[in-house]
Amino acid sequence: MVKLPDTPEYNKVKEFVSQFRGDKGSLIKVLHFSQGVFGYLPPEVIKYIAQELGVTPSYVYGVLSFYNFFRTEPIGKYEIRVCLGTACHVKGGKDILDTLCHRLGVRKGGTTKDGMFTVNTVRCLGACGLAPVMMVGEEVYGRLSPQRAWNIVKGYYQEEAGSEVEGSG
Amino acid sequence: MRRLGSREDLERLREEALSKSPKRFISLGMGTASRAHGAEAVYEALKEELAKRHLGIPVKATGDHGLCGYAPVMVVFPEGILYHSVKPADVPDVLEAIDKGEVLEKLLYTDPITSETYIYEKDIPFYKKQMRLVMGLMESVEPLSIDDYLCNGGFSALAKAMFDMGPQAIIQEVITSGLRGRGGAGFMTGWKWEDAASRSSPVKYIVCNGDEGDPGAYMDRCLLEGLPFEVLEGMIIGAFAVGAHQGFVYVRKEYPLATQNVQAAIEVLRELGLLGEDILGSGFDFDIQVVRGGGAFVCGESSALIASIEGRVGEPRSKHVHATESGLWGRPTVLNNVETLANVPHIVNKGGEWFASIGTKESKGTKVFSLAGDIYNTGLVEVPMGITLREVVYDIGGGIQGGKAFKAVQTGGPSGGCLPESQLDLPVDFDTLTEAGSMMGSGGMIVMDEHTCMVDVARYFVKFLTEESCGKCVPCREGLKHMLEILDRITQGEGTMEDLELLEDLGYVISNASLCGLGKSAPNPVLSTLRYFREEYVEHVRDKKCRAGVCKALVKYEIVPENCNGCHVCFKECPEGAISGEPKGVHVIDQQKCIKCGICRDVCKFDAVRVV
Ligand SMILES: Cc1cc2nc3c(=O)[nH]c(=O)nc-3n(C[C@H](O)[C@H](O)[C@H](O)COP(=O)(O)O)c2cc1C
Ligand code: SF4
Ligand code: FES
Repeated sequence: MVKLPDTPEYNKVKEFVSQFRGDKGSLIKVLHFSQGVFGYLPPEVIKYIAQELGVTPSYVYGVLSFYNFFRTEPIGKYEIRVCLGTACHVKGGKDILDTLCHRLGVRKGGTTKDGMFTVNTVRCLGACGLAPVMMVGEEVYGRLSPQRAWNIVKGYYQEEAGSEVEGSG
Repeated sequence: MRRLGSREDLERLREEALSKSPKRFISLGMGTASRAHGAEAVYEALKEELAKRHLGIPVKATGDHGLCGYAPVMVVFPEGILYHSVKPADVPDVLEAIDKGEVLEKLLYTDPITSETYIYEKDIPFYKKQMRLVMGLMESVEPLSIDDYLCNGGFSALAKAMFDMGPQAIIQEVITSGLRGRGGAGFMTGWKWEDAASRSSPVKYIVCNGDEGDPGAYMDRCLLEGLPFEVLEGMIIGAFAVGAHQGFVYVRKEYPLATQNVQAAIEVLRELGLLGEDILGSGFDFDIQVVRGGGAFVCGESSALIASIEGRVGEPRSKHVHATESGLWGRPTVLNNVETLANVPHIVNKGGEWFASIGTKESKGTKVFSLAGDIYNTGLVEVPMGITLREVVYDIGGGIQGGKAFKAVQTGGPSGGCLPESQLDLPVDFDTLTEAGSMMGSGGMIVMDEHTCMVDVARYFVKFLTEESCGKCVPCREGLKHMLEILDRITQGEGTMEDLELLEDLGYVISNASLCGLGKSAPNPVLSTLRYFREEYVEHVRDKKCRAGVCKALVKYEIVPENCNGCHVCFKECPEGAISGEPKGVHVIDQQKCIKCGICRDVCKFDAVRVV
């Protein structure tokens, strides 16, 4: 038996999952909800969900790894999402991604050591007129150049009082 | 809100709404695209300033108007005056002008080529050649205002369908209209409905496909965000016609606002009794659930989408049995695209004959495209079928930016292809575009100028599809990977002439042997570029040259000594320390250290950095 600790977050998940006991058809819904609570899917939660819905943990992993929305690792304080939709690609979205990854010292999908940023990609934010575009948290930034993108990211570091700017030039 | 127990109740509510409906209002586009351009701040400013001035003009926060490249866009009704790129600081001036009955010149649209300024939305070339049918109510209806929707004829089609027509007549009308699916495949909607209606199963489902996987398109999102009632009305009519009592709207996971609006719209309809038991006293029961996708392109495919709703891995299955016979949980299921369903209320209201009078012989009605790329006017456009690509690119899109040359227009997203100048006079029509090696697809249309490398574009789509292939069948899984390797080689300058033939052979096998539409159409971007832009492939292979300057391995950054005045900015900004030179002296890039990030070219104000 997997038991989850008694914290408000875990309890939210427990309460939600209890509506779907034994109903494996609700798996994706439950995963969405749980990721909404934790920002990712911790291993104990995955095991718990499997147990409650009556499937094996490997079945749950099979489903969650198929859909690229689900994450099994926590993300940084800010998620940077560089648009690689068609319009942004054509206007150099890849250069933005490469520059940010290079400067932050992470790969796509990775999180900086200080936990500030996770760099991800997204496909078409519907702001193609501003291509190339990226989002930092919920903010959208358009008409980027690699330099402008990096300046924006540096700006977030500067906002964080006292923190050192890593790898700045 | 009271529950509507009959058609008369509905009409009474409409009368009430009409009597309250304002003639003067400000419509502000507030969909995701507009928000990305800062529309929310403008909305706040409008509210504040209106209160301050005690002006009783309502503001409607609507879906995106379409002219997304110029967002935030607002239109002042009833005149139809359009202001674009509005900033919060402009709001006092806008209201001042409205109050005095004047026009605020500085925010009017000026044509980038002719420099002509337009006051009224309807006169702007971007709108002039459009035919707004499913998008027609976008500006006058707030997404969740049932009053707005009723004032504009909302749910009159549902009442007509249920009380005057009946299932068979509805299906006949949809067949007469010639409506074909807007999700990509272009299947006749009426036939699909007829087949599902003929099944005797007591349980049937209807699914609205809002997965919108094309990475360069967002028209379905705009419809779900801006006109959820229209999509849902179409869906209820469809359910009534085929005898389904449960429906699902599958919304792509990246679309939080669309999910939210559809969900809220469903709640409104439930309260009014337009969803739930005994809709409008007709005896017909129907309800709808929203399902969020998990972010997999292949889930837009019908059988994969069904698997995904059932909570499984979204793998397609072979289609010897159609969903209309055995779909969700083995029951007859109708699956339609968002835009397809949004057309239905219009067909019911105005008749199939009327709809069929728009468009070409085999493609009827209108199509919404998400127009983007290197043109002046980007955004969502709705055009009658049969309009030429040239009219869309030049008359509506305003032509290529910055005096550069047109190279290609891409339609159909990852399943489509790139068409050159010589094909621009083709009419927008399902079959014509397929013959030309592209596809109508779900509505992405990206215009590319001479600075786009066609080999790179082909590689972009193949890479996308390699990542998104579900891996169930070998030709798609392995074949695409192999195609990507070859394209990588070519863009690295390591390709051979045999590679080009190999690409064509592989493409042939993949399109013929794959199980689902993803694999079957996956080679299109490569085959179409090989067909129309072969010389670019040859240049990459033979001359190790990328004429667009895109393929990193084939270009280098250089400083032109004549233009460099030694401002030293690039020296400071280069992340690799690859630039040497003293202030006021000529600078040089060390090719060994250069990672070709392009920052130096960005920061140079003297055009001294060249890509060669
Ligand atoms: C790989 C793949 C992705 C698809 N993605 C979508 C999509 O995002 N939206 C959509 O409506 N149809 C999509 N389709 C088409 C659907 O399978 C289906 O034909 C369509 O939703 C049926 O509705 P319609 O007849 O109204 O177009 C996709 C098909 C394939 C093969
Ligand atoms: S063609 Fe590709 S996406 Fe479709 S079933 Fe086969 S492997 Fe999966
Ligand atoms: S492709 Fe990036 S916003 Fe559309």
